[in-house]
Amino acid sequence: MTDSPAPAVAVDPAAPEAPSRRAAPAAAGPGWARRIFANRSVQVGAVIFLLLALAAIFAGLLAPYNPTRLYPSDRLRPPSAQHYLGTDEFGRDVFSLVLHGGRVSLLVGGVTMLFTSLGGIAIGLVAGYYRRLDLPIMRVMDGLMAFPAILLAIALMAARGPGVWNVIIALSVVYTPRTAMIIRSTALSLRELDYVQAARALGRRDLAIAFRHILPNCLAPVLVQGTFIFAYAILAEAILGFLGVGVPPYVPSWGNVIASGKNVIREAFWVSFFPGVTLTVAGLSLNLLGDGLRDVLDPRLRGV
Amino acid sequence: MTAYLARRILALIPVLAVVVTIVFLLIHLIPGDPVSVMLGPDATTTQIEATRQALGLDRPIWDQLLTFYGRVLRGDLGQSYFLDRPVTQALWERAEPTMVLTLSALLVAVAIGVPSGIVAGAYPGSIWDRVLMTTALLGVCIPGFWLSLNFIYLFAVRLRWLPAAGYESILVDPLAGLRYMVLPAVSLGFSQSALIARIARSCMVDVLAQDYIRTARAKGLSQAAVIYGHALRNALVPVVTVIGITMAILIGGAVVTEIVFNIPGLGRLVISAILRRDYPVVQGVVLVTATAYVLINLMVDMIYAFIDPRIRYD
Repeated sequence: MTDSPAPAVAVDPAAPEAPSRRAAPAAAGPGWARRIFANRSVQVGAVIFLLLALAAIFAGLLAPYNPTRLYPSDRLRPPSAQHYLGTDEFGRDVFSLVLHGGRVSLLVGGVTMLFTSLGGIAIGLVAGYYRRLDLPIMRVMDGLMAFPAILLAIALMAARGPGVWNVIIALSVVYTPRTAMIIRSTALSLRELDYVQAARALGRRDLAIAFRHILPNCLAPVLVQGTFIFAYAILAEAILGFLGVGVPPYVPSWGNVIASGKNVIREAFWVSFFPGVTLTVAGLSLNLLGDGLRDVLDPRLRGV
Repeated sequence: MTAYLARRILALIPVLAVVVTIVFLLIHLIPGDPVSVMLGPDATTTQIEATRQALGLDRPIWDQLLTFYGRVLRGDLGQSYFLDRPVTQALWERAEPTMVLTLSALLVAVAIGVPSGIVAGAYPGSIWDRVLMTTALLGVCIPGFWLSLNFIYLFAVRLRWLPAAGYESILVDPLAGLRYMVLPAVSLGFSQSALIARIARSCMVDVLAQDYIRTARAKGLSQAAVIYGHALRNALVPVVTVIGITMAILIGGAVVTEIVFNIPGLGRLVISAILRRDYPVVQGVVLVTATAYVLINLMVDMIYAFIDPRIRYD
């Protein structure tokens, strides 16, 4: 991310990874749960992510100060025992801001992951299963992916205005095509397999075949992709906030706090420094988690 | 090659048509009445009606879309409300800094990423491999805009080696231009260098596992001759495609980098246009960058097909 958040490697969040056009997903095989938790990347990523998530969920209990209350007499205090990470130009406690900002990141990342997965499954199954709809749907997906991701998100935010749900909707529109492509290519290769043909010969309806026989084999790639989308979405949310087109400035989010730190960087580097560290650690944990899941669930994607 | 080229160019037409449609629809995503939003709360009913007619928003949507296609094909992106000039002219005035920034960042990304990936891939499991790949994982996760701020604090505020922000055209004053461009280009290019390094490494590992490399080793060639004479060229082929993806990320990232470093390019143009509700400019920037991105990818595919003839026959 440049502002690039990082994609698949999550880079620019806005930088989503190259669309994967691989064919069939690898079956997870037996004992997949045990193998997932035996993977070192998954272990490290999951523990870090869980800690961050708990800190965000219990921000109300953990934060020593109210993150939205202004204390003008305490402005730009360096990190100390009273203010672990210092205070910003309005005297707000940076540690409390980071904790509460985690809620916005978690909400945006989690809901975007959910929306892109559901949307991608629906679009991808229809395109992969109904031949006639494949071409038009994929042209629209190609068109959406022709925009640099962060730029499309900025344009959508320009039209819809600031707000958490507008951020979520914009990022879902931006990242759904990538998931849809993966599901489509999986569905395309599966629909010709004997067991699917057998189900059709038995007179099963299309919808039943799509959901009962094709969808389960798509879940592993969706989970892997969803983890990376979570990372991009957190990064993209921070970028939008930083640019002033994301969640409104009075809502504490990592991007908004980094943006306010930009104005005072000469006197108070800590305002932008610490939220950025948290953002990096969150991205790192999700990338480790995604890399690990990919290695276990979809070995053919390994290595990139 | 000509047939492949023609096929690829034809395939661009539907993609660009969808791009233009999406850009057109942006205006219609504005909640409520777009015209009242654009003109602000002080506008009179007459003004609103006049603007609505001038923009054609009183006509059916398919009619508006066809008009929009026609205008775009003639190279007319409308008039900026705020800058008092055609959008195309405003874009042209701001294009140079963005192009210089994007290309410098690409140079940084390739210059760091390719050698790191090659070294890591040539000696997998070695200490170099671990150090480089850990750095690459971090590089991928560090947000570029935050890295920029840290660079400004370290190199401009503390050490005073480089200017904190601003832009000087390289064409006018090359030395000053370079000084202004170092921090933006490095902070924008660094995370992309990590992506390139990861892919270059995995390509190198794949190539080194192939039979012809074993043959080269068996006939007694030195490690250097095997890597630089035999493996390197084939390992770099897939890396070319990554550059297309990299460009997309860099174009998007340039928007943010321009804001951090106060560079008067397209990114700053689009962000200030959003704040002024200057929608034609927003549409223009988005349309032009998406088109540029599509064309860059076409070029990358061409280069790829040229260096790897197998691609042309699929």
